[in-house]
Amino acid sequence: MRKLTTALLTTALLIAGCGNDTGETPETLRLVAHDSFADAVTDETFRAFTEETGIEVEVLAAGDAGSMVTQAVLTAGNPTADVMFGVDDTFLSRALDGDIFTEHTSALIDTVPDSLKLGPENLVTPIDFGDVCLNYDKEWFASTQIHVPTKLDDLRSDVYAGALVVEHPATSSPGLAFMLATIDEFGEDGWLDFWEDLRDKGVEVVPDWTTAYYEDFTRYGGDRSMVVSYASSPPAEVIFAEEPLDAAPTGVIEAGCYRQVEFAGVLDGTEYPEAAGDLIDFMLSVPFQETIPINWFVFPANSEAELPQEFVEHTVIPDDPTQLDPQYIADNREAWIQQWADLMEG
Amino acid sequence: MPTRRIRWGWVAVAALPALFLTYFFAYPLGRILSLGLSEMSIGSTGLQSRLVSVGWFTLWQATLSTVLTFIFAAPMTWAVGRYEFRGRKLAMALVTVPFVLPTVVVGTAFVALGWRESIGAILAAHVFFNVAVVVRTVGSQWRRLDPDLLNAAATLGASPLEVMRRVTLPLLRPSLAAAASIVFLFTFTSFGVILILGGFTFATLEVEIYRQAIVLFDLPLAAALAVIQLVGVSLALYLYSRYQERHSASWELASEDAVPRPAGRARIGVYGSIIGTLAVLAIPLAVLLTRSLGSFDDLFAADLIVGSPVEAIRNSLLTAVAATAIALVIGIMAATFVSHRSGTLSRWFDTTLMLPLGTSAVAIGLGFIVALDWPVDLRASLALVPIAHALVAIPFVVRIVLPTMRSIDPDLRHAAATLGAKPISVWRRVDLPLVSRAALVAAGFSVVISLGEFGATTFVARPNTATIPTLIFRLLSRPGPASFGTAMALSIVLAALTAAVILWVDRFRVGDIGSF
Repeated sequence: MRKLTTALLTTALLIAGCGNDTGETPETLRLVAHDSFADAVTDETFRAFTEETGIEVEVLAAGDAGSMVTQAVLTAGNPTADVMFGVDDTFLSRALDGDIFTEHTSALIDTVPDSLKLGPENLVTPIDFGDVCLNYDKEWFASTQIHVPTKLDDLRSDVYAGALVVEHPATSSPGLAFMLATIDEFGEDGWLDFWEDLRDKGVEVVPDWTTAYYEDFTRYGGDRSMVVSYASSPPAEVIFAEEPLDAAPTGVIEAGCYRQVEFAGVLDGTEYPEAAGDLIDFMLSVPFQETIPINWFVFPANSEAELPQEFVEHTVIPDDPTQLDPQYIADNREAWIQQWADLMEG
Repeated sequence: MPTRRIRWGWVAVAALPALFLTYFFAYPLGRILSLGLSEMSIGSTGLQSRLVSVGWFTLWQATLSTVLTFIFAAPMTWAVGRYEFRGRKLAMALVTVPFVLPTVVVGTAFVALGWRESIGAILAAHVFFNVAVVVRTVGSQWRRLDPDLLNAAATLGASPLEVMRRVTLPLLRPSLAAAASIVFLFTFTSFGVILILGGFTFATLEVEIYRQAIVLFDLPLAAALAVIQLVGVSLALYLYSRYQERHSASWELASEDAVPRPAGRARIGVYGSIIGTLAVLAIPLAVLLTRSLGSFDDLFAADLIVGSPVEAIRNSLLTAVAATAIALVIGIMAATFVSHRSGTLSRWFDTTLMLPLGTSAVAIGLGFIVALDWPVDLRASLALVPIAHALVAIPFVVRIVLPTMRSIDPDLRHAAATLGAKPISVWRRVDLPLVSRAALVAAGFSVVISLGEFGATTFVARPNTATIPTLIFRLLSRPGPASFGTAMALSIVLAALTAAVILWVDRFRVGDIGSF
């Protein structure tokens, strides 16, 4: 019932927004996003929005999230697009400091759990979240009869020596997220000691996720049975399997997950602030939110959206993931990465 | 002589390339650098030692990569430059394939072969990517050398080595220098290879600029690094351009029909060089092939959710055609100007044309975003993609066409002019036919650059039209054996497409060039 109400409300708002005579109705709205979002956009993605409002959506791809935010800060007030999507919690404070957004509070903001609202609600709207978690190879753990670790501290044990591959936090977004998770877990005084132990136990460091997952992970013929990946990786293994699978071949370790939240905002200087706001509301509405997992392998921010069956069966959404304050991250990230690099490469 | 009229003609020839480079290169770069530098505070701590180590590494790895590329490319260049033989065109097409493969794909192949996070892996990858530059640039000039010159030297008692050292190499100097400068600039500004195969331990100036501008958002420092990179590249290019001007002689271009077929031991040498070179280059490709087996069906399956490969192939080809057209027009006009005028202006013009290759892609990309909203807002235009590709391709066109243009005997032009031909028809009747072969080689390179280009455009907000490299990245960024296999299969398609395009371009022999 609540779902129906929301849907009706959304439609009503969209129609109202469209018929509003104070704001102009553009033929096309431009949405700037990072490559990994833009690359999966098809003709279907915004079709419902175009049918309801008559407005076409043109998607601009702007590199990785960092490049996108940098570009937006450089063009603050004279943006290349009307809406930005995909700024995450690690880049949020840079975007806010750069004054790139103008006010818009989504009509559906109450559907979003408070834990995702890491920024001012009137400037940025959470659209999705994804958990960076350790994944493990079920077959390897079954055949060696070693227990799957249940907390990060377990990784210090000799049992897991040479079993883990991580991505470098300077070149990889999951790598950075996992480093942040260890800072939250062990505190500023203890996290480097933890990494020193991992180093002594032979942790492998690689530049990017693709190398870690496809070269080093035992699932793909490597020699590491645990990899820093996503909570959505096991369902992806099932969805993209060559032969149909009953169960995911990989599992998620719930301890030490880091939750990345992605936000959308109306770019300051747009000619069409109202239509831009409508687009954000559309992206937070249930029909769009329910297409998010299968297309982008992250989870909907709207708590009323339902997950596809593969996701319900093959993943876990950690109860208590790590999150750090965006400002705290922005203030310390450079120093943390440097300390980490000095330790691991020194 | 109607000198006045000729000079105005030259102004017109120079104007279009000059305007293009000013608006799409100098102006955006100037805007972003001044924006960064205006916020600069002098005396950052720890900067200087970092700068020295990064700058030094950038310089020596680029120099070493260039030398190694020449050593590896030498046997094949000799074979295709000196002889005509069956399968030569196919070999030329195949050697070009590595040049277009996306860095990340080659990176995974190298890692699978056990090459990871080492300077050896970086150098090997640089050689792998750039062999085609040497083979194609030098090989195509070699074939036009007058065999009588070489035969005369041999008849006079020179040993083959002496002929090589005293006749062939000096005559090839323009194209050797051109290939060296291109390989050097490519490896000097190397980005993806360093990130993937160098880990965090090795950083070029380009990697450091990215890190400062995008990861740490220290624009002033990034701008300062970009300026240092630009100054270094300009200096190297200026020296190179003086060298090239001084050492290029006019000689008569021979017809390619005169290129002999190898016999006896030469035959073994030719086929040995070709097979050996291609076999080494094929090792990483073989890794891709084994991993893509069984995934070719998926490539054209209707439910591939990341986008249609057919559409991506079409987009890639359309972009390549547009980029090549721009690069040929601008590049040939510029080369015509440079080859006909000597002196400081021409030399600076020549140097400036090369600069886009040696300039930070991060800086140009961000410059586009800051600057190109005037007079029309081009910042998110579809046209920006082929224009960015053309900026990378123009230096190739100029470097490949210029040696041939310089070697045209001025007497030919004078004769035509004396016989009453206007400058434009002298150009059309004399220069163009002689240059068209080199222009075709250049066109092939432009197409290939555009097909494989990923770096320069990733720092620009561009309309979301999938190209082949984009789709490969998309597939590689999600888990599952099917996605990985499909990405590898698509890489093989890209390789095959490249070979096909090169074979097709090589078929054209415009008019009766060479038979004069």
